[in-house]
Amino acid sequence: MILVSLILIPLVFGLASFFFKGNDAPKTFALIASVLVLATACYAISLPPGSLTYSRSWLSVLNSNFSLGTDGMAKILVLLTAISYPIIFIATRNNQYKDANQFYALMLLTQAGLMGVFLSTDCLLFYFFWELALIPAYFLCSKWGGDKRIQVSFKFFIYTFVGSLIMLIGIIYLYSKTSDHSFAWSSFTKVVLTEQEQGYFFWFFFIAFAIKMPIFPFHTWQPDTYEQAPTATTMVLSGIMVKMGLFAVARWLLPVFPQMAVKMADTVMILSIIGMIYASLIAMKQDSIKRMIAYSSIAHIGLMCAALFANNAAATQGVYIQLFSHGVNVIGLWIVANAIEQQTGTTKMSELGGLAHKAPVLAILLVVMALANIALPLTNAFVGEFLMFNGIFAFKPIFAVVAGVSIILAAVYTLNMIQRVFLGEASAFLKVTDIPKNTVIALSLIVVMIFVMGVYPKPMFHLGEQVMGWVTAK
Amino acid sequence: MTNVLQYAWLVPIFPLIGFLIIGLFRNNLSKQMVGIIGCGSVLLSFIVSVWLFSNVNADEAHVARYFDFISVGKVSIPFAFQIDQLSAIFLLIITGVGTLIHIYSTAYMHEEEPKHFARYFAYLNLFVFSMLLLVMGANYVIMFIGWEGVGLCSYLLIGFWFKRTDYNNAAKKAFIMNRIGDLGVLLAVFWMMQKFGTVNFTDLFAAIAKQHGEGTLSANDPALVGITLLLFLGATGKSAQIPLYTWLPDAMAGPTPVSALIHAATMVTAGIYMIARSNIMFTLAETTSNIVAIIGLATAVLAATIALKQNDIKKVLAYSTVSQLGFMFLALGVGSYTGAVFHVMTHAFFKALMFLGAGSVIHGMHHEQDMRNYGGLKKYMPVTHGTFLIGCLAISGVPLFSGFFSKDEILMGAYANNPVLYFIGLAAALMTAFYMFRLYGMTFQGKFRGDEHHHPHESPKAMTIPLVILAILAAIGGFIGIPALFKPNAHALEKYLAPVFEGSAKLAKPHEINHNTEWGLLIGSTIVILAVIAFAWNKFSKYQKTGVEETGMGKVLENKWYVDEIYNAAVVKPLLGLGAFFNSVIEKSGIDKLVNGVGRGLQYLSRQFRHLQSGVIGNYILIMVAAIVVLFLLGFGFTPDIKAIKNLFGK
Amino acid sequence: MPINYYIYLAVILFCIGVAGVLTRRNAIIVFMCIELMLNAVNLLLVAFSKMHYAKAVLIDPNTTVGTDAQLFVFFIMVVAAAEVSVGLAIIVLMYRKVHSVDINFLNRLKN
Repeated sequence: MILVSLILIPLVFGLASFFFKGNDAPKTFALIASVLVLATACYAISLPPGSLTYSRSWLSVLNSNFSLGTDGMAKILVLLTAISYPIIFIATRNNQYKDANQFYALMLLTQAGLMGVFLSTDCLLFYFFWELALIPAYFLCSKWGGDKRIQVSFKFFIYTFVGSLIMLIGIIYLYSKTSDHSFAWSSFTKVVLTEQEQGYFFWFFFIAFAIKMPIFPFHTWQPDTYEQAPTATTMVLSGIMVKMGLFAVARWLLPVFPQMAVKMADTVMILSIIGMIYASLIAMKQDSIKRMIAYSSIAHIGLMCAALFANNAAATQGVYIQLFSHGVNVIGLWIVANAIEQQTGTTKMSELGGLAHKAPVLAILLVVMALANIALPLTNAFVGEFLMFNGIFAFKPIFAVVAGVSIILAAVYTLNMIQRVFLGEASAFLKVTDIPKNTVIALSLIVVMIFVMGVYPKPMFHLGEQVMGWVTAK
Repeated sequence: MTNVLQYAWLVPIFPLIGFLIIGLFRNNLSKQMVGIIGCGSVLLSFIVSVWLFSNVNADEAHVARYFDFISVGKVSIPFAFQIDQLSAIFLLIITGVGTLIHIYSTAYMHEEEPKHFARYFAYLNLFVFSMLLLVMGANYVIMFIGWEGVGLCSYLLIGFWFKRTDYNNAAKKAFIMNRIGDLGVLLAVFWMMQKFGTVNFTDLFAAIAKQHGEGTLSANDPALVGITLLLFLGATGKSAQIPLYTWLPDAMAGPTPVSALIHAATMVTAGIYMIARSNIMFTLAETTSNIVAIIGLATAVLAATIALKQNDIKKVLAYSTVSQLGFMFLALGVGSYTGAVFHVMTHAFFKALMFLGAGSVIHGMHHEQDMRNYGGLKKYMPVTHGTFLIGCLAISGVPLFSGFFSKDEILMGAYANNPVLYFIGLAAALMTAFYMFRLYGMTFQGKFRGDEHHHPHESPKAMTIPLVILAILAAIGGFIGIPALFKPNAHALEKYLAPVFEGSAKLAKPHEINHNTEWGLLIGSTIVILAVIAFAWNKFSKYQKTGVEETGMGKVLENKWYVDEIYNAAVVKPLLGLGAFFNSVIEKSGIDKLVNGVGRGLQYLSRQFRHLQSGVIGNYILIMVAAIVVLFLLGFGFTPDIKAIKNLFGK
Repeated sequence: MPINYYIYLAVILFCIGVAGVLTRRNAIIVFMCIELMLNAVNLLLVAFSKMHYAKAVLIDPNTTVGTDAQLFVFFIMVVAAAEVSVGLAIIVLMYRKVHSVDINFLNRLKN
């Protein structure tokens, strides 16, 4: 029941939020809802993994159940989702959105969708929540986005929707092949397919997930969307929603197509690594902070995707850790970008400069975020990247060498960004003051997480280890 | 006596606390408070270090495990410190020189605003913390944490005056070049983990020794050569060797005490520490050792040639540092690990001394760094002059000064290995003597050439006292390593470090030089060096500004062999170009156009199909009829039962 | 008389109707052509009905085989009659509106 409430709380509060009026009430309401979710999630995570399951008949005609379950990976992502929303709401409290009640309602709906995706153990239910997360995001982008929002959010929607539909075909086909005609995870993993079928449907699923992550060359929706979407939505998109793709690969793709995953590992990893280098090189040339973060995110996701396919314990654990770390860090970066935009009205590096004089606190916090972004030791990202690179090296050393180049490139573009935005002579923005308190609070929370997880990642490993027990226990 | 070593964690904890206090309360603390906390924390570390130093286990290293840092499957990395002779010596150097430089900085940075002053000390304390982690870590990962940490602090401190774009560029360059090396270290760590299953120093070296003893790991094993080469790549980044040395001279953009601490005495010796730590692997991987020796020697010579023609006092010292680091790598490459560590120590003394001296000069000259505008400063700043002279004598290897002993040990090690190495090394040493006394002559001797309003003055006590202490160390520091030639068994350092290098000492081929040859080389080289010093002193004491531009070789040297320009053209530009190409061509007109093209194609198709909806009823009907006819025909085609139709029509 | 002749006649009638609908623009003629097609179908229905009945009655004198087709014919005639009344009314209205019975004027529906 506790799992259902993780989905229900944001759903109910989200729907209720539509009936609010004014600007501040929905903000506070959404914050309360998200804190409630966080409390519930913390409680759920503290319980042992086996004790958390829920199952009711849902679409009995199709033999699909409303069944939820958790393991370590789901717990990590549930925790990420639960932690992110309050932080996002706190950090963007000063952003004014027209029709705030609708905005926050939709935001909470995405949370419900995300929770559902991470918790469901029934494939149809999974698909349902997958879409539930997508559709509010589309409306958020198309109504509150930047100048090119209609075009961009349409592209985003079509892109991800095409992926979803391809996946749906795969789901239906697999469903028809299950021995007991059910959508349950446990039945899906027992499906016996010929090699040819595996070959096709592996890609059906993979492309859907690859678009979501996104990895090269399915990524072009992402920089545009991140740039145009309202910042709070971008944070959700880049911090949590792209993790859906990786999560889905780990939860659905690898267990369902184990032989194919081994066979295709080289292809997928090469694709991911090309994407990493490619995105890093492009990130070096970006002028907009937002686009730079977007490309940097593509590079990081590429690494995680490659590590998932490296098929060893170290890499997989690294991915789990990194799912959380990257989520937190990238939200931190977006908060910084948002603060800059709120203060100066632009995110173009060429127009900024010398902000460190005016906003030293922001500068320090940004430097911490940026260092976590380039995985400096004792930040949370180092632990994950270290394990992932280790796993990739164990798989094929050459992959680790090539992927390692992105570590260097990451330093290049990140330091460039710091330099062009914060260092140098103060630019024309004389009005800039240091950031407001709510941003400082949000960023401080993230900084604390960065260091605690960076120095003492054991609790996270502890969570992550439940994954492997669960997967092998099937 | 292991109880004492339990308190090893105290050493890094003090600077960390100092960093946190200063960092968090930088707006509320007075400069005086910041100074006291900053210096005090490092001083406390120094006291603990001395205590540890005198209590190090004689036989085996003390490893203190605190908690599991990373522990997944086969990967197990404890957060642990290792205290043995090697780390104890480095602890002393870091905290000792660190304390002096902190004290010196309180005066040097006094003009800064309080919040920047606090920022400076916060960074400096963080640096000391990271450096301590680096040398205390009991495995490569903890070492790597410190390794990256010092890189970060170096970045922050080089770009300390962040208003200046060129300073920021220098900082960025340092960080990125270090990152290239870091990637090497990281890959080496993965490789070791895969090959030997552990990266804990004690386990790893024991495993290697065991495997070698059993014959399963041959000397010059490809994996071993690969690992050591990758580690060496890391060392070239951190310790500024060819090909990654160009960041160090640029790093002089930072405040001078930073140059003294980070870019002369401690951080840049991290690479030497690492190789000395991994001595057993390098000894086994002979190929790598040879490469290390060659690269070290090449760097020593190249940097020395560049230093001959530099006019910025800090640049001369920077290239001199690169050159001296080259000597240390030469020592490592020829298997004289003690020599390398010895030179690290003496170099820390005299190079820190000279940097601080240069800082004192710069301070006295109101931030003028061009030596052509110095001259005759002997008169204005007697303490700086005296101590600087000692530093110059030490680095040039004048007998009985510290540099003499360490450099001699390295060169003798090189001679034992291959006389060619010795003579090239000697040439570099001669150049060292030349450019150091060129610097000395141009700065302190002759007439004052600067603007009159510069009013050079001696620096305050907080700056001169560290100078004097370092000068004493630079003068007498060599006596802990008296060569066997003078007095058998008097090499205190060698005896002290013996347990660390025990493993590789067993493997190394013994090189013995005839005592007569050694005496001959020693006396010969000393005479030549003294002659060079006399020549340079004489020549540059009379230095006059000529305003004539350098030509030919001089110009090439003044422009540092154009290495920066070559790197720029060969690496930086193509990478940026590739980025631009990806961004504008592949991304925008390639993939994105393709994606948008699909959308646009669909729109186009729908426009075409829309024409069918002409609204003319006749057309609709025509299409309908045509469709009926087509379906009719298809219906026949699909019905194989022609007979039934024939029956229908026929009789 | 063999059924073939009925079929040929019906096909010819139907094709004339189709050709008329496709080529003529006068709404009334189009209308008549539609009637022609309907009647072609009617003819066919009646012809087949008669044929099947004639065959079946030889075996079983009380058979009702084929009679249902004739029912369809009546239905069609009724529908056609209703259609004619509605259609003619539309044509009259159209003539009042545009003073023409040319169906090409009807493409205003398009926009």
